[in-house]
Amino acid sequence: MNIKPRFGSTLRRTAAVATVGLALAGILAGCSASASTSSSGTTGNAASITAALQKKSSITVWAWAPQMKTIVTSFEKKYPNVTVNLVNAGTSAAEYTKLQNAVKAGSGAPDVAQIEYYAIPQFAISNSLTDLSTLGMSSLKSKFTASTWGSVNVNGGLYGLPQDSGPMALFYNKTVFDKYGLTVPTTWDQYIADAKKLHAADPNEYMSNDVGDAGFTDSMIWEAGGHPYTISNSGKDVTINLQDAGSKQFANTWNPLVQGGLMAPIASWSNEWYQGLANGTIASLAMGAWMPSDLESSVASGSGQWRVAPLPTFEAGKPADAENGGSADSVMKQSKNPLVAAGFVQYMNAQQGAQISIQSGSFPSTTADLSSSSFLNQTPAYFGGQKINQVLAQASKDVLPGWSYLPFQVYSNSIYGDTVGQAYANKTDLNAGLQAWQKASASYGTQQGFTVTSK
Amino acid sequence: MTTTLSRSATQVGQARGIGPRKARRNWAGWAFVGPFLIVFVLVLIAPVIYSIYLSLFRDQLIGGNAFVGLANYGQAITDPRFWESLGRVVLFLVVQVPIMLGVALIAALAIDSARLHWAPLFRLSIFLPYAVPAVVASLMWGFIYGTRFGLVGNIDSFFGIQLPAPLGSNLVLASIGNIVTWEFVGYNMLIFYSALRVIPGDLYEAAELDGANAFRIIRSIKLPALRSAIAISVIFSVIGSFQLFNEPNILQTLSPNTITTYFTPNMYAYNLSFAGQQFNYSATIAIIMGIITMIIAYVVQLSGTRKED
Repeated sequence: MNIKPRFGSTLRRTAAVATVGLALAGILAGCSASASTSSSGTTGNAASITAALQKKSSITVWAWAPQMKTIVTSFEKKYPNVTVNLVNAGTSAAEYTKLQNAVKAGSGAPDVAQIEYYAIPQFAISNSLTDLSTLGMSSLKSKFTASTWGSVNVNGGLYGLPQDSGPMALFYNKTVFDKYGLTVPTTWDQYIADAKKLHAADPNEYMSNDVGDAGFTDSMIWEAGGHPYTISNSGKDVTINLQDAGSKQFANTWNPLVQGGLMAPIASWSNEWYQGLANGTIASLAMGAWMPSDLESSVASGSGQWRVAPLPTFEAGKPADAENGGSADSVMKQSKNPLVAAGFVQYMNAQQGAQISIQSGSFPSTTADLSSSSFLNQTPAYFGGQKINQVLAQASKDVLPGWSYLPFQVYSNSIYGDTVGQAYANKTDLNAGLQAWQKASASYGTQQGFTVTSK
Repeated sequence: MTTTLSRSATQVGQARGIGPRKARRNWAGWAFVGPFLIVFVLVLIAPVIYSIYLSLFRDQLIGGNAFVGLANYGQAITDPRFWESLGRVVLFLVVQVPIMLGVALIAALAIDSARLHWAPLFRLSIFLPYAVPAVVASLMWGFIYGTRFGLVGNIDSFFGIQLPAPLGSNLVLASIGNIVTWEFVGYNMLIFYSALRVIPGDLYEAAELDGANAFRIIRSIKLPALRSAIAISVIFSVIGSFQLFNEPNILQTLSPNTITTYFTPNMYAYNLSFAGQQFNYSATIAIIMGIITMIIAYVVQLSGTRKED
């Protein structure tokens, strides 16, 4: 009988401890979340970065590029006091989800993260990235191409260093083109004519595949001279106009291809896609300049058959190009070691690391490499000895200036299939699809507190 | 939670005029349920309360976190995407569940009939798909459904015909229903079969004496005995249908235009949370779906038990 009350009190104590524990956890979570927003920016310069790299420290890097391991090894060799923990936290949107969660939680983010250009504004405007201009890195401007530098600059802040670039080009299977007597198109009108001719000659043959892709659509609008997204007032005011002249020109040009069933209904990067590229039923690709190494490794049987041509243009004789894909590396606000992290980003993208990336097949974003004769005069056997880098380097110069992405482009891209994708699936007007995409993106932006002007 | 509960228990004890000694003795019971209760509160009650808490706020990229009361619920009730996704799983429920349970019932009766050779082999092979993880099953069926390089594509090119694309917008829901049926027929068959096995043998003897044939036995003995098992299967299937997620989510990569980000309520909640960082709104959708599921499961249970009376 005497034991019973003791049981009771123990239980009460346990329960109380549990309750307090829960409450504490809540308070702590609240604390850390508010702490992250109040932390002020760091300042420094080249000298303080160099000094920091000599001290004992360790940083965590989230990246998925295959050459990262080699770069980390070479960095650690040069700076033996710095330990780099390389983590592959997923590719693209999978990584951004984790990154966004860590930002929200106030802890757990890496020091350095690989972020694609289209996602940079989202993290920059939510105040998750360190402005590298406060660390004296604005002087690196002359090292990078104008378009990639533009992509890492948001609202006057420098939120990463370009890792690679993806000016677009037309990759085509010369064997298929020769067999069906197609001329390499220089305009999209010629491209459509080729697509019709090819598909009529053999219904199994397609000029390319397209089931709708947000990144591709944005790039095409970019090439057509459109500016559907504009950001002002330190990122709080957003204008979306997916019916501006460029957007309309893309949609009107592309409509006959989609509605006429001239594009293979195969999603890019799927198993079917690689099979189509290998057996010649997908005759060409309009893609970023990083594609050659993908073709060489994943479509090995196509060696000697593929060639590279400048991206067809909307208007004859008027060179225009756009970036498609490509990543930067940013220093997270949460980093406890921003100077070392910035040092790593610099080593990786503006120093020796850039050479390692190029050797592993990345397309450079550094002007010196883009104009070096050893780079321009490469004659890869996969492309029949063609000096493809001359075509791609020229594409890099032709990229139209002034493009910007939405500060919530990651989400916007995720609902592309719900909107523009429906126009692809039902073979209806792409303009209507673009309008639906604009509407859905605008309503998300409004919910997220942006002042959205939807034209 | 526990402290409030125990205090109110004491208060109830005192209110009833029972002495403090008696009340103290009641603590022994708490000590026994305590370990369970702590786990229950931590893993079941706490997440639900946290979700409800989340659903009352709105965290924005610009402007931060703010208490919004029931605004998220108001938004959900007028959200056409939510209703579209709910309508889709209700349609799925109404068509797929009867087919699946019907097939499972026939399989269970056939195996139980003792007229089947190799009954254990049939039982095992019908049950086997349930052992395949849903993710693997969806991937496998995704390849089968491929119209260019999948099995459907192979059949098309072999016979020179053009089968309708299983992942096209007209058929995609039926194709998912096919996968789910394939996965869960065996599971439901096993529930029915085990219910059939506990029917006492003397009932069959009596029926035989009365000259009842096999179908009469099924109608008058087996089906009535299966009622509660069927009710349980229906409840599981209702919950399963409302929680439809794995299959469409995996097939989406193969067919991005036919399976939207709000194809089912669960996919909608998932994408709101993981692609859009709208945790608050996502929690709201999850809670509304939980309530709807509870109501429908309760209605099914009520009608199931009423039949038994």
